Amino acid sequence: MLGLILFYLRRLLIVFKNEVLVLPSRVVTVLFFILLLLLPLLTKDPYLLRIFTLTSIFAILAASWDLLSGFTGQMNFGHALFFGVGAYGAALLNKYVGIPPWGTIPLGALGAVLSGLIIGIPCLRLRGTYLALTTLAFPIILMGIVFALPRLTGGELGISGISRLSGSRITDYYITIIVMLSLCTIMWKITDSNTGIIFHAIREDELAVRASGINTTRYKLLAFSLSGFFAGISGGLYAHFMRIAGPSTLEVSMSFQVVIWAIFGGIVTIYGPVGAVFVLFPLLELLRFWQEVRMLMFACVVLFILLYMPDGLFRWLRDRIEKECPRCKIRNVALRHTCRICTAPLD
Amino acid sequence: MDLLLNIVISGLISGSVFALLAIGFSLIFGVARIVNIAHTAFYMLAAYSIYVITHKMGFHPIWGMVTAIVLVTLLGLISYKIFVNPIREHEGAVLIATIALAMAFQEVMALIFTGTYLSVPALVKGYFLILGVKVFYQQLLTFLVALLVMGVLWALLNRTKLGLAIRSTAQDREVANLMGINESRVAMVTMGISVGLAALTGAIVVPLTILEPHMWMHPLVMMMAVVVLGGLGSLKGSFIGAYILGFAEALVVFLAPMGSFLKGSVALSIMILVLLIRPEGLFGVYFEEER
Repeated sequence: MLGLILFYLRRLLIVFKNEVLVLPSRVVTVLFFILLLLLPLLTKDPYLLRIFTLTSIFAILAASWDLLSGFTGQMNFGHALFFGVGAYGAALLNKYVGIPPWGTIPLGALGAVLSGLIIGIPCLRLRGTYLALTTLAFPIILMGIVFALPRLTGGELGISGISRLSGSRITDYYITIIVMLSLCTIMWKITDSNTGIIFHAIREDELAVRASGINTTRYKLLAFSLSGFFAGISGGLYAHFMRIAGPSTLEVSMSFQVVIWAIFGGIVTIYGPVGAVFVLFPLLELLRFWQEVRMLMFACVVLFILLYMPDGLFRWLRDRIEKECPRCKIRNVALRHTCRICTAPLD
Repeated sequence: MDLLLNIVISGLISGSVFALLAIGFSLIFGVARIVNIAHTAFYMLAAYSIYVITHKMGFHPIWGMVTAIVLVTLLGLISYKIFVNPIREHEGAVLIATIALAMAFQEVMALIFTGTYLSVPALVKGYFLILGVKVFYQQLLTFLVALLVMGVLWALLNRTKLGLAIRSTAQDREVANLMGINESRVAMVTMGISVGLAALTGAIVVPLTILEPHMWMHPLVMMMAVVVLGGLGSLKGSFIGAYILGFAEALVVFLAPMGSFLKGSVALSIMILVLLIRPEGLFGVYFEEER
């Protein structure tokens, strides 16, 4: 029994040494995971924990945008719809039916999936800019409905008095961090799977994918509902963490914010949007001392970084520290002169 | 009867505004494939500069309008040159560059004017009565100027060499380039025209609206809806789509209970219903997929 455990431990160590330590990006990812999980041991500051909780909630949202718009190329300008449906769904179920948070969040996310399917039907016939401009409309339509039914939705004030995610700040933090890390890993795995490859192919050339006998409509709907599910979960977490679900979750600026995060970090990566949220959201909080110029500084940072890294910050960084082998397409540290697998010279 | 006339007036005004905005937006989209989210931010900037020139400096509104249009067009060209031109190959980057630009403008205006609601006096004061309904001269002026500008624009695009260059670049950038059209210069000129149109819209509509730093959001959404409804790249489509949505908005505001909350929703629902039947919009030319 002990031998078996030791065997697996040794194998884990070998995998760690040969697969993780060889690439700086993987080391950084592992460090990121560890740091996030150990953060409450380093500081008990409730303000800092609150920021990181919100950051991780939005990280799920940005990554889910990337899953839909980055990978399948279905530019979605109305991602706030999923977020808002998740938040309102969770809030309504919690307030009027009395379901605790662990039930409302997945149910709210299912609501978001449903809305993804509903908007998917008209949107599947559109592409490119048409799609982007059309999707912008849906959260605004829903917002109109929310304002028109103030008795149910609280109108402008939103639904308040929802039960808390958990008893304490630290538990809240751990719940959201663990949900975020696992959901982002799941999304990353999805994009790495067969389905993800088809998603990516749809982005590159939809006609060719259809010609290969793949039902692209079905895959696009799948992308819409998967992305809706993840975004809905982040909406539900947000509602229960802030204890309010208001119309601000449906605003145009919310949708734009998601697009900014994702493209800033680099689309078609999953890690890019997550990283971008972890850079930009705390940055925005850091700038709160100049309350008036905060958004202006934010916009300027985005503008100037884009001028130099139009492919996104994290892609740019990764290209600086890693090189792709021209022969076997495996990534290597930029310091190496030969590929670590096939020993072909790297230029 | 009063109600009907009010609806007609309000629909015509907002329809013309949307039409002017949407035409500018689809011009630059057609020529340079730039989805310019900052388009209505220029409209807001023009409105604010008129406020400054007429209120703070005390010039005549006509001078205010002219200077505002020139200034905003220059600003648009400069920001295009600095922020958009270097990254034009990256579609996504251009998109968020324009969003960030719009946000930056909004924040600058909020810093200077502190988000309070401001208003500008009408260019021509007074009103006349049609069947007992007040029609302000400013409303009439706005409508007529909008029609005039659209006519001039139509002539520019269809009757001049520059218009031919713009249309051919919109149709096929590479072939236009091969035919000796300086594509980047056409893009620059079109950007100027587009921003100028936005500024002009701001200038003629400013006495009818309230100035505040977020005033660009609602026209942005409606403008995009108009562009999609009418068909991207079709000026006729933008024109008709704008009046459809303008009237839809006016009808909802005047007739439905809590209409001002629902006006956006209803107009956008109409757009989606049309798209369900005609995915390329009312008069859309179906763009050949660029592969």
